[in-house]
Amino acid sequence: MVTLDKLSKTYNKGSVLAVDKVSFEVNKGELFGLIGPDGAGKTSIFRMLTTLLLPDEGSATVDGFDIVKDYKSIRNTVGYMPGRFSLYQDLSVEENLNFFATIFNTTIEENYDLIKDIYVQIEPFKDRKAGKLSGGMKQKLALSCALIHRPTILFLDEPTTGVDAVSRKEFWEMLKRLKTQGITILVSTPYMDEATLCDRIALIQSGKILSIDTPQNIVDAYPDKLFAIKAESIYYLLNDLRAYTKVKGCFTFGEFVHISFKDKSATNEPELLAYLKEKGHKNIEIKAVTPGIEDCFIRLMTEETN
Amino acid sequence: MRTLKFLLQKEFRQIFRDPSILRVIFIMPVIQLMILPWAADYEIKNIKLSVVDHDHSEYSRKLINKITASGYFELADYSNSYKQALHKVEHDEADLMLEIPRSFEKDVVKENKAKLFMALNAINGVKANLGGAYLRTIIQDYNQEVRLEWLQMPRMNVEPTIQITSSNWYNPLLNYKYFMVPGILVILLTMIGSNLAAINIVKEKEIGTIEQINVTPVKKYHFLLGKLVPFWILGMVVLTLGLFISWAVYGIIPLGSYLTIYAFAAVYLLTVLGLGLLISTYAGTQQQAMLISFFLMMIFILMGGLYTSIDSMPHWAQMITKFNPVSYFIDVMRMVVLKGSGFWDVRYHFIIMFTFATVFNGWAIWHYRKTS
Repeated sequence: MVTLDKLSKTYNKGSVLAVDKVSFEVNKGELFGLIGPDGAGKTSIFRMLTTLLLPDEGSATVDGFDIVKDYKSIRNTVGYMPGRFSLYQDLSVEENLNFFATIFNTTIEENYDLIKDIYVQIEPFKDRKAGKLSGGMKQKLALSCALIHRPTILFLDEPTTGVDAVSRKEFWEMLKRLKTQGITILVSTPYMDEATLCDRIALIQSGKILSIDTPQNIVDAYPDKLFAIKAESIYYLLNDLRAYTKVKGCFTFGEFVHISFKDKSATNEPELLAYLKEKGHKNIEIKAVTPGIEDCFIRLMTEETN
Repeated sequence: MRTLKFLLQKEFRQIFRDPSILRVIFIMPVIQLMILPWAADYEIKNIKLSVVDHDHSEYSRKLINKITASGYFELADYSNSYKQALHKVEHDEADLMLEIPRSFEKDVVKENKAKLFMALNAINGVKANLGGAYLRTIIQDYNQEVRLEWLQMPRMNVEPTIQITSSNWYNPLLNYKYFMVPGILVILLTMIGSNLAAINIVKEKEIGTIEQINVTPVKKYHFLLGKLVPFWILGMVVLTLGLFISWAVYGIIPLGSYLTIYAFAAVYLLTVLGLGLLISTYAGTQQQAMLISFFLMMIFILMGGLYTSIDSMPHWAQMITKFNPVSYFIDVMRMVVLKGSGFWDVRYHFIIMFTFATVFNGWAIWHYRKTS
């Protein structure tokens, strides 16, 4: 459905490498997530795939069309929702939807079944100007506008950034429903917790792909045993853990500190406890945890930089 | 076609929903046309005159009376010494000083000739120039009177004199409003056309809506046409409004046909809007677009022949005005309004304006890219 072959993009006449030989494939009907922090190159990839940006090197196809040569066909078949709200703020909800339906040579009625679930939620406000909608509603309207011409592939660039937790959850449920309609969805997000909602994910950092797999496989591939530690003073705990030679990786995770050890010795845990007690930590709590996507991402990221 | 219709519908909706744009489009021309022609008067009045009269004679008083009675001068100061008068000029309390020497009356009567001294504050060149010329004319006139009074003129003049009588064609009373108002109308049309068009596309760039449009199959020329047509229509409405004010306030009715004006304006607006679109394809922000358009407007207006005559510019400057669309429209406006020129008389203007329109719009379409 979407294939990227060593796609690269530089800015400022080559001095800034935004996308570095990225290759991956998205299968038909898949919900594919591009996960990475801000500035990782997610938006650049999206803009190249939606023909808004020309790649410097490499090639890519969307729905079988080349992104450089067949850009016209791609513009007919993809739906794109930019990270920034890009609808006309001074037009009403209905006018926006109508406008985008028309420029794709279709009507709201023709594809109403596709957007029905989403649109009914904003329909009560259809006469309100788009600029006056709440963040979550704007998101729904933007999604409706991106879907109105029944695209085969949907590109969603950070659709949940700046949206409240409830709306985010709703949004992902909407995406799942769209998937059942056979639409391929490519979504990018900086939120690691959203990664598990995708069929497959690509972890991206500094324009490079770190890993591509199903979220489960990525988690399963985590090689070390992971522990979560908590103590009264998290700051001193972190300092002491970093000073401890047997600890391999160590970073804060909410109120806990996640650590992994350099070797798989069974005595690791009691030894560490003794060390921390000696350092004067109180109320120490240590437990084994299953790694999440964020743990995997941080491990891959540190490996990459080392 | 259907796409274009909806693009136009969208543009009009947006324009009519923005009250500030509507205000600019309709109130600005009205106010400017009401105010500017009154201020843009070439006649210089109220020139402050400082007189240094060393003579204090009947003749010198007569001269001063004659000068102040002309209505152009205002006796600001009557001082005793040149130094004192110069002081007034330095403090900007006088624009012009006239020194009458001690023996003025005696010289006129006895020697048949006398000298006067005139000093002009040339900081405001126009004022100094015109003020000096006015004063010279008045003094010449005075001279004539004195001669009539003293010399028994022979029936036939001894020296041959040439009397000049002039009549002002096309504007018999030399009413400057007749040629200023059509010119100002052109400027208004230019500013509204180019600024609005330039800002409009850039605004879409700034708020990001152009991203969403660019991934759609909308064609480039459809998109640009959708921007051009609404402002073209608005421009025509502004022209109508302006012509109405010219008639209602200044009583200006073109000698030629309104049709010629509208036909030329139609092509002219395409040119200005094309220029605006071109600017907007290059600019990234509204600020950039405004600055570029302001810079161009400044040159176009000052070199358009509205305030200064193109014929009196140096040759190289005249060559520049050949590339100034504003100068052609001002020319046509004045020709049609004052002289009653028809289509045939302005045919070259039409051809040139068509060329401008084609170049600007073609360039804009060529340069507008949906991909960066």
